[in-house]
Amino acid sequence: MADLNVNIGSIQLKNPVMTASGTFGYGTEYTDFMDINSLGGIFVKGTTIEPREGNPYPRMAETMAGMLNAVGLQNKGADYFADKIYPAIKDYKTHIIVNVSGSSIESYIECAEKIAGLEQIPAIELNISCPNVKKGGMAFGVTCAGAAEVVRAVRKVYPKILIVKLSPNVTDIAEIAKAVEGNGADAVSLINTLLGMAIDAETRKPVLSTITGGLSGPCIKPVALRMVWQTYKAVKIPVIGLGGISNWKDAVEFMLAGATAIQVGTYNFIDPAVSIKIIEGLNEYCDRFGFKSVSELTGALEI
Amino acid sequence: MKKYMLDMKVTESKDLHTNYRLLKITSDKTLPEALPGQFVQVLVDHSPTTFLRRPISINYIDKKSNELWLLIQKVGDGTRAMATYKSGDYMNLLLPLGNGFTVPNRNEESLLLIGGGAGTAPLLFLGACLKEKGFKPAFLVGARSEKDLMQLDDFQQFGTVYATTEDGSYGEKGYVTNHSVWAGVQFNRIYTCGPKPMMQAVARYASANKIACEVSLENTMACGMGACLCCVEKTIDGHVCVCTEGPVFNIDKLTWQI
Repeated sequence: MADLNVNIGSIQLKNPVMTASGTFGYGTEYTDFMDINSLGGIFVKGTTIEPREGNPYPRMAETMAGMLNAVGLQNKGADYFADKIYPAIKDYKTHIIVNVSGSSIESYIECAEKIAGLEQIPAIELNISCPNVKKGGMAFGVTCAGAAEVVRAVRKVYPKILIVKLSPNVTDIAEIAKAVEGNGADAVSLINTLLGMAIDAETRKPVLSTITGGLSGPCIKPVALRMVWQTYKAVKIPVIGLGGISNWKDAVEFMLAGATAIQVGTYNFIDPAVSIKIIEGLNEYCDRFGFKSVSELTGALEI
Repeated sequence: MKKYMLDMKVTESKDLHTNYRLLKITSDKTLPEALPGQFVQVLVDHSPTTFLRRPISINYIDKKSNELWLLIQKVGDGTRAMATYKSGDYMNLLLPLGNGFTVPNRNEESLLLIGGGAGTAPLLFLGACLKEKGFKPAFLVGARSEKDLMQLDDFQQFGTVYATTEDGSYGEKGYVTNHSVWAGVQFNRIYTCGPKPMMQAVARYASANKIACEVSLENTMACGMGACLCCVEKTIDGHVCVCTEGPVFNIDKLTWQI
């Protein structure tokens, strides 16, 4: 049995396997299929200061080995989260991390402040990479100046661990990562979805109500892996890797590329117990190759 | 209701007609309790273009033989691949999912179950459950032609069956909303599942005549358990997931322009 503990800043995770925001609800949706307390952490659904209805249906298009979504940050707002959802999930024996989004610097600040007041939430994941909202979201995450500005502003009001979720829809993700590191981020998570599109040839119309949407699933894994590797080489803060992870082998590859921990996203929809299998697989891999600690895998790519 | 992930074995696979296939599947364990109107999420093997699970209504649960019936309409690659499953094959399912139809408390005399195409599938299990509770459900099924009508013998076990076909080859010619049964009986409650224009026509009639009416929606889904928020329907309470708040909705909740 290898030591599966890893650290993201001052947070110790019991293992590096976490579930990605927007793919795991608030954890409660999955309790029939697995012991969610076994996870390293749960990133809960994107939360904004105001309630949001999200985009009109249809919001999803299946692709080869993946899917496009255009949910658009539907959520009931930070107050509802704090009053109604937090009490029900705060005592899970895993780290609950809230994905925070906004449409302006002020709304990011307000939401981060609200979540900072929740004692058992040790970290937020600042979402500067949602491609499905008209204002804010990815707009902040595609330039170094925009990313730096929002991270600097949130850093001032958020004293706990600040993770910043990066967009892959950029020319050089490592530059964005450096910009957020330079402005106080404790870790980065990447990648969010890739901007994509689906067309129905029969009707000659777009499939999604928003025309474009975010691509996720195994089809984006090679892109994500490349970006994790590039980012790992550019920054000193921990990198949390995600993008198409569907088994333990993918998780190992992300860690070899430089990830300290990983998130499982879209594949939760295919196998709701997949993250547990990944934890077991990581342990077996470490035993097989004689790694005493899973953290030895981080950046252990042999070139 | 507790949800399960089960590997289930196909015990029978047969064409109902060219475009529909009935799969009967079983499990080593006793099948979980399920409500009529609930659905399963099927993991489809041997179809490279099919990434997501496919939501399929529960057609019937035979407790004696521990079999679950799925009526598969061959629509795309996923359902076509599912239709090739043979007796002895295994398939992985998540079940039971969704909310299910309302079974009335008091003994409402006349319940009408209206189905079109593959939409008739959940009504068989609903009819069976209603009969078991002492109701006498009536079925009204619509199709293009006689050859498109399915499982009529099964439906007849649980209640009277009325039918319409667009070409008049079986039952009355026309659409379900034109059937003569409406003139003779005052229904207390209607359940419907099928093509959206049909359900909207039924909802319009029910609404105009103040009859309680539930419809079963089939918005495209990813997770099937309320995590991804992809399958939403706009309701009077805002966007809600069809997979958890539905697939069955009272028409009073919907914002359909009827």
